[in-house]
Amino acid sequence: MKLYDVGKIFIGILVFAAIAAFPFYYNIGRVNAKPEPKFDTPAIQEWEKQYGKKECVESKEFMRAEHMQLLNNWRDSVVRQDNRGYLSDTSHKRFNMSLQNGCMNCHSNKKKFCDECHTYMSVTPYCWDCHIPPKEKEENKS
Amino acid sequence: MSMDRRKFLKIAGISSILGLGATAASATHNLWVKGLGPEEVDKNKDALLAKRWAMVVDMSKFKTEDDFKKTIDACHQTHNVPDYRNADGSVDKKFEIKWIWTAPYERAFPGQENKYMSEHIKDMPFIVLCNQCDNPPCVRVCPTKATFKYANGITMQDEHRCIGCRFCMAACPYGARSFNWRDPLGNNPNGTPIIKNENREYPKRGKGVVEKCTFCTERLAVGKLPACVEAAPKGGLLFGDLEDPNSEVRKIVENQYTIRRKSDLGTGPGIYYIVGGSDHA
Amino acid sequence: MLEKALVGSKKYWAWITFLGILAAVGVFNYLHQFSYGLGLTGMHRDVTWGLYIGQFTFLVGVAASAVMLVIPHYLHDYKTFAKIVILGEFLAISAVVMCMLFILSDMGQPMRVMNIFLHPTPSAMVFWDTVVLNGYLFINLLVGWVTLSADKKGIAPPKWIKPFIYLSIPWAISIHTVTAFLYAGIPGRHFWLSAILAARFLASAFAGGPALLIILALIVRKISKFDAGKEAIQAVGRIVAYAMFANVFFLGLEFFTAFYSGIPGHAQSFLYLYTGLEGHSELVPLMWVSTIFAAVSLVMLWVPAIRKNEGTLVLACIMLFASLWIDKGFGLIIGGFVPNPFEEVHPYWPTMPETMITIGIWAIGFLVLTLLYKIAITVREETAGIELEH
Repeated sequence: MKLYDVGKIFIGILVFAAIAAFPFYYNIGRVNAKPEPKFDTPAIQEWEKQYGKKECVESKEFMRAEHMQLLNNWRDSVVRQDNRGYLSDTSHKRFNMSLQNGCMNCHSNKKKFCDECHTYMSVTPYCWDCHIPPKEKEENKS
Repeated sequence: MSMDRRKFLKIAGISSILGLGATAASATHNLWVKGLGPEEVDKNKDALLAKRWAMVVDMSKFKTEDDFKKTIDACHQTHNVPDYRNADGSVDKKFEIKWIWTAPYERAFPGQENKYMSEHIKDMPFIVLCNQCDNPPCVRVCPTKATFKYANGITMQDEHRCIGCRFCMAACPYGARSFNWRDPLGNNPNGTPIIKNENREYPKRGKGVVEKCTFCTERLAVGKLPACVEAAPKGGLLFGDLEDPNSEVRKIVENQYTIRRKSDLGTGPGIYYIVGGSDHA
Repeated sequence: MLEKALVGSKKYWAWITFLGILAAVGVFNYLHQFSYGLGLTGMHRDVTWGLYIGQFTFLVGVAASAVMLVIPHYLHDYKTFAKIVILGEFLAISAVVMCMLFILSDMGQPMRVMNIFLHPTPSAMVFWDTVVLNGYLFINLLVGWVTLSADKKGIAPPKWIKPFIYLSIPWAISIHTVTAFLYAGIPGRHFWLSAILAARFLASAFAGGPALLIILALIVRKISKFDAGKEAIQAVGRIVAYAMFANVFFLGLEFFTAFYSGIPGHAQSFLYLYTGLEGHSELVPLMWVSTIFAAVSLVMLWVPAIRKNEGTLVLACIMLFASLWIDKGFGLIIGGFVPNPFEEVHPYWPTMPETMITIGIWAIGFLVLTLLYKIAITVREETAGIELEH
């Protein structure tokens, strides 16, 4: 079987490999620290004082994996069904289904919490195009 | 098994499509996750409930410029409605967004004026806003149900779903809707901020979506009346449940002469204007 | 057969490059609009649809016009149209592509376009318009491709294509009726609230689309050996003449109802467009050009001697196309928004970026058209002399 245009094909494969592998060899030698979200806002410390432990809407494992879907469902519940109270399975407490006025009440440190993982994963949720993040004190970047 | 290349490619292609389709379909199991089920969500205990929220406007209670300004500003500032201005401070009509404003009588009720009517009456300012219709054309034409009716009579707006086609704006017979032609960030050419006194408890909107009055549904949910109703001069804006025979609004609409804008179009507006003033305060 | 679009003369590549540059300028301007917002256009709170939706409305008509060739040829076995049908089908594909691009450019949140399918809303005409436009694109691609492939091989097309061809007939009518329903059911806009709007849309579509087709067929004859046939072109000319007469007649009917009834809401938009209103007369010259072109082209089409001369026929078609483009692609939309629900006049005029994006999309449409026509022409030239069996 005759192979036509071997030269052009070979060059094409090399170019493709160079482009496809770019993200890997470009980052050789760079250190990216594991994200470490902070859970020490004044509001969370207050909660700990009151209830004896840190509690979120659901468990840490669940929130880590599903907070995106949970927020989507909350959004539909609030906007489309006019329901605003959420009964948590884990803590059996009632939470206000709100990003700005619910989640961010405890997690008022967006830069050291939300952005930690999002930046590491190169994720840009568009919530903040409209929803107003809590005011944070400008700190020196470490 | 002998098979020619053509048959092999056909089978491979169909298998891939079925495989991908099955994967996609199985991924949807995640959609029915927490936050939507009726056993885990509810309304606040102090939420105001109704079968048909409506408003009665008594223009005789609005006496000064300030009365209007306070009413309009209460709404626009609570909801971070952008205030676009030109370099000379005048309203930038191109980007203007308004949920509640005033229009002269002959503009708010076109066709109702007559040639002997005094200019004073023709120019009299009337508070206008989304009429929260019973049979809203905007809801009928929205291709994504981004605008839709609540069971309590409010015509709601879902900014997350809106695709910005602006069909609702074409369909609204009252010109009640505004579009975000750009992001409401920064300052106007005359130096004033586009969103003044940002309310951190309510979101802004980004470019590309339509917005309008939603009868302060977020305030009703926590037991408060709409911002404009609270800020208006006493008795100027009355708010209540038309289906509740004891409500102020129901009593007025039943017993007094009220008019609604373009009521012959069949939209069933929920904003009633008292003719001749009222004693209700 | 796609490879046939990849070989061509110097003039062919020069034309493709020219269109490519216009398209690139359009895309560049669109990226700017995507990042800034639709505020880059001339639209505002009172005129919320402008050039983009106007072009979309006009082009749906052009796309639907393929049916004027399909009905005589496939339904009534009118063999004269055997060669020209493919030009009509490929024009339909190009027009539908432009429609979709115009709609996407006009959306405030185009990345949410899938919401139309994720949350189908049967009461919304936009939903149905999306469905029928996509379906029409698919049908024309399928039918055009299969029949052309069959011609290339010198055989009759497979039997299973016939149902699709017959389906394309009511489907073509439906795409333009649904588009008209976008306007004709809106209670607050009396300029559009007219039962005859859908009929007007169809009449102007069946005049404007085939008029463009005549122009294209004559260009094709000049630059290649593909000749659709003098008979075919004359037959299309007659169709244009009758459709244009219906269109002008229907417009006259609208004028009658608007002005004889004396209801100000009905007449005011006409006054704004044709005489000016409250000191604003931006569109008056354009609308009168459209009217004069319509009248002159109609006369030219109805005088047999003028219609039979292909030189004057082309002139008439150009004027007719321009007239309908102004009327449907611009006047109809703006007229619905001015005056606004408060009876105020707030005019609209497109901005430069808006215009560049519009030209860019037309360039992409013509690019698609050129590529498809190149394939069709090459196939025809290769099979010249062989009887067409469909």
